Amino acid sequence: MTQLQEVSVEELKHLVSERAIQGETVLLNMGPQHPSTHGVLRLLLELDGETVINCIPDIGFLHTGIEKNMEAKTYQQAEVMTDRLDYLNTVGNILAYSMAVEKLVDLDVPPRAQSIRVILTELQRIASHLVWLGTAALDVAAMSTFLYCFREREMILDILELCSGQRMMTTFIRPGGLWRDVPVEFETVVRSFIKIFPKRIDQYESLLTRNPLFLDRTLGIGRISAADAQNYGMTGPSLRATGVDWDLRKARPYLGYEQYDFEVPTRTEGDSYARYLVRVEEMRQALHIVVQALNRLPLGPVRSDNCKYVPPPRSEIGVSMEALIHHFKLWTEGFDTPKGAIYSAVESPRGELGVYLESDGGPKPYRVHWRTPSFDNLQALPLMTKGHLVADLVAIVGSIDIVLGDVDR
Amino acid sequence: MDKKLEPILQKLQKDFDATASEYRGDVSLVITPEHIAAACKQMLEPLGFELLSTMTVVDYWPEENPRFHVLYQFTSISKNLSLTFRVPVTGVTPSLPTISTIYRNATWREREIWDMFGIKFEGHPDLRRILMPHDWAGHPLRKDYPLGYEEPQFTFNYKEIDLRKPYAKE
Repeated sequence: MTQLQEVSVEELKHLVSERAIQGETVLLNMGPQHPSTHGVLRLLLELDGETVINCIPDIGFLHTGIEKNMEAKTYQQAEVMTDRLDYLNTVGNILAYSMAVEKLVDLDVPPRAQSIRVILTELQRIASHLVWLGTAALDVAAMSTFLYCFREREMILDILELCSGQRMMTTFIRPGGLWRDVPVEFETVVRSFIKIFPKRIDQYESLLTRNPLFLDRTLGIGRISAADAQNYGMTGPSLRATGVDWDLRKARPYLGYEQYDFEVPTRTEGDSYARYLVRVEEMRQALHIVVQALNRLPLGPVRSDNCKYVPPPRSEIGVSMEALIHHFKLWTEGFDTPKGAIYSAVESPRGELGVYLESDGGPKPYRVHWRTPSFDNLQALPLMTKGHLVADLVAIVGSIDIVLGDVDR
Repeated sequence: MDKKLEPILQKLQKDFDATASEYRGDVSLVITPEHIAAACKQMLEPLGFELLSTMTVVDYWPEENPRFHVLYQFTSISKNLSLTFRVPVTGVTPSLPTISTIYRNATWREREIWDMFGIKFEGHPDLRRILMPHDWAGHPLRKDYPLGYEEPQFTFNYKEIDLRKPYAKE
């Protein structure tokens, strides 16, 4: 390594206003370890009294170099790393990755696997929104909502554990289908969740939606216009709260989303309260999709039978020479992919989660790039917080639903 | 390819002397570095690609000219279209004009590219490292940057490795 370069405060001078240099305004460091930054986010604030003049986010504390690491792993080995990106949307990450690999090698997924993928990603969406709802309410000092939200999230994590054996880092979805079929209890457990959850959403709403304290803290706070939101690359509920009807599940249906009847909730205000309403309604719609997917869950295989890319079932290995060879090849050298580059995106709870995959023909990806939604959503924070109070800044950071693992990758 | 994309492609190909290619339905255009700022301006207005979904780089080291391909992934919400720009950049003092004044979210994306690949963006308002520590040396996502496994220190090579380690010494 070459020698270290010296960096001083001078480097940040151009980011703060003239008044900060003369000492009229205060520079305050918030984070990286601060309960309201939802992870490890450092915000350098320039304050005039309680008012935020400038907000300079400093990210990278959770950078793990996943993109670099994936270049050194085969396509199968890289699967487990996807869970570590956005740790509230683990099923969605591996879905995005699997779909990218499937697009690259042109692999078909059986219908049963598609439906189970839909059920799990929508449940994960609910779980992610529940964590968001709990913590965002906590940021505006509504303590009890947090406890109720985590109670229901626990039920979803139990479902994920039932399927995959893991509560969060599931790696249940694989390129070409699923790791295995869901257990027989799956349907009963999901149905019991479907039965109680609508009432629970009403409960959260009764705690917050008309609560005058909550309204005071969110109405008109952190407003962003539709044009600004698009120019800052915002996606997901934060963009839909500004009135832009953009949901990849509707616009570019994948996993057969076109067969399901659901609505994309939008609001036009673009403030914290609108983002809250959009997400709450999204939970209802996600549940609606789960019900439909469960009602018409087809029977059949859950893995593609293309053994060049998907490991053959265990039962075949003992009786079929080809299966044994495929199994051996897949777990020793991985599979070769055609030369090319693709970009594939899914709608994560936070927005467009895209994977850029480039292959040079070998068993390892030449380049993997993750387009993570929080990275762009967080970028609009300085714009949204300008002129607000420090206490509101906390509420705004909460309302855009960032996951720092997703920002830093 | 989407029918709506064809007139857009023809226009861009004519104006910027670009070449188009398609792979599994993803359309990409190769554009030279001198045209990229003008092309991005066109993409936003009048072509109506509101979102710059992502920007990234592929490093083709040890190839030197061009060593990098800078990728711009655009999305049009109103027309429901996607288009990728690929900009070849040389390996010796790589640099490109910034597009952060056109698409605001390119500000961080370009900082990330500077951090990870060391490609300079001319006219960028705040080109600092973003993900790596500010005093980091090197650009990690380049292909000639090793994927750092730490070398074990034994008695025979202790001093040699100690010299190279970047921690505080007495």
